[in-house]
Amino acid sequence: MGMTMSQKILASHAGLSQVTAGQLIEANLDMVLGNDVTAPIAIKEMEKMTINKVFDKDKIALVPDHFTPNKDIKSAENCLCMREFAMEQDITNYFEIGEMGIEHALLPEKGLVAAGDLIIGADSHTCTYGALGAFSTGVGSTDMAAGMATGKGWFKVPSAIKFVLSGKPDEWVSGKDVILHIIGMIGVDGALYKSMEFVGDGIKNLSMDDRFTIANMAIEAGAKNGIFPVDEKTLKYMDDHGANKYSIFVPDEDAEYDEVYEIDLSTIKSTVAFPHLPENARTIDNVGDIKIDQVVIGSCTNGRIEDLRAAAKVLAGRKVAKGMRLIVFPATQAIYLQAMEEGLLATFIKAGGVVSTPTCGPCLGGHMGILAAGERAVSTTNRNFVGRMGHVKSEVYLASPAVAAATAVTGKISGPKDLGL
Amino acid sequence: MKVYGKVHKYGDNVDTDVIIPARYLNTSDPKELAAKCMMDIDADFVSRVEPGDIIVANKNFGCGSSREHAPIAIKASGISCVIAETFARIFYRNAINIGLPIIECPDAVKNIEAGDEVVVDFDEGMIYNRTKGTKYRGQAFPEFMQGIIKTEGLINYINQRY
Repeated sequence: MGMTMSQKILASHAGLSQVTAGQLIEANLDMVLGNDVTAPIAIKEMEKMTINKVFDKDKIALVPDHFTPNKDIKSAENCLCMREFAMEQDITNYFEIGEMGIEHALLPEKGLVAAGDLIIGADSHTCTYGALGAFSTGVGSTDMAAGMATGKGWFKVPSAIKFVLSGKPDEWVSGKDVILHIIGMIGVDGALYKSMEFVGDGIKNLSMDDRFTIANMAIEAGAKNGIFPVDEKTLKYMDDHGANKYSIFVPDEDAEYDEVYEIDLSTIKSTVAFPHLPENARTIDNVGDIKIDQVVIGSCTNGRIEDLRAAAKVLAGRKVAKGMRLIVFPATQAIYLQAMEEGLLATFIKAGGVVSTPTCGPCLGGHMGILAAGERAVSTTNRNFVGRMGHVKSEVYLASPAVAAATAVTGKISGPKDLGL
Repeated sequence: MKVYGKVHKYGDNVDTDVIIPARYLNTSDPKELAAKCMMDIDADFVSRVEPGDIIVANKNFGCGSSREHAPIAIKASGISCVIAETFARIFYRNAINIGLPIIECPDAVKNIEAGDEVVVDFDEGMIYNRTKGTKYRGQAFPEFMQGIIKTEGLINYINQRY
């Protein structure tokens, strides 16, 4: 029986010629990731283990990104715990704040993840690297500890849903609109325990940044991973970022899929997910009149350079609405610098926004943009759960950078076309 | 292994943000986390919960963030077992890895109401609703996962092998 892309990567890392959905395997890991929220628990768990050295100091990444720059004393202590562990174990890929970024933007940018790799991370959005043709999935801290110590992880081989993409998206439609459309279609548990495999001619019309956004939110449909085939854009991205050791896996022609969806990208409109689930998707022409207090542009989902360019294109020569708070977070220091050199940061500031250092802060209601009761935000982040960005009576609407920027200008949920763009 | 307790019942898609909001993730101390458990979905949970109690929920329990703080908070609050129609996959792994007993059983979830007294027998894979006098067979764990559960978590399981 044929295998999917995901199954082939798992088989190759388990030393097996064949795996089937449901099979339990133990597989070798190419990268184990943790952050300042999840790694401290993993480090404490590792102290209980008989193995006290990491399996490979080059195959672990520790990124202080969630509550950094340190938001309070306890967060500072968590970062200290991770920093001391990194020094003691001589971890190659530990990133202090001046060289860091939000983990899922940072690892691809540093060339630490590549096509064909098997990656686990103690962060649910670890599925992002599927954009490169890797099998990449989120786990908890104990799995991270086991991975750091042994270099292996246990997996139940997933079945898959195939998404056949065709056509070219409209100018203002991005990867974010595609994935919100898909989650709206299949629901927040529509891909539970499964792989989401994206194939088809339309993929050539999606940039790498679009693909990172789509793979990033596979978890919001409950998926184990999301994965794209490797094409010229992937190869160029890996080459540009020094990821020169990779393997290309293509699905077998007779691979089995639980379901197949055909999606014409040219028919997708700007899409907004209403509170309090990412599946509550509505197209921009059906959002009604909703007043917004804060707009957040950034995160592991939408803090990359193309996201900032799209937002700046909308905001250029315009001002945010009276009473609107616009907060922009470039996802990494390199993106921040590039955005500065391209003049994008000046555009945000002239429009009346603020620009922050890279951090996960507001996305999960940590710091740097918390909402009060009754307040509403449009955010380019990935979750709009109850209390996600602050008070349990606040609301988060998920959208693309272009929609978020347009909303900042009008003060109510709007698309670029509402500004005549 | 058997557990027994009264039920706290929840709906679909209980995410890890409402189980333990991110504003409390600056600590990993089980007692501190337990003091805020279920805060954003059921503010009275902490004052109501008694040792041995059982959480019963509909589909996709534990979706969202991978934070292991969520099953840690639930376990430290005294909950002996979570029964759900389905679990989100990272929560499922985390619960097994830290030794929080969980079981999937859609039929039991449909029948059990808040306040019911329930027994779960993990050796038999059976759920007994003492209040209603009904019983259900849950989804059995594969042998490998039973091994992790029997050694009370992944770390002990690995320590035995290496």
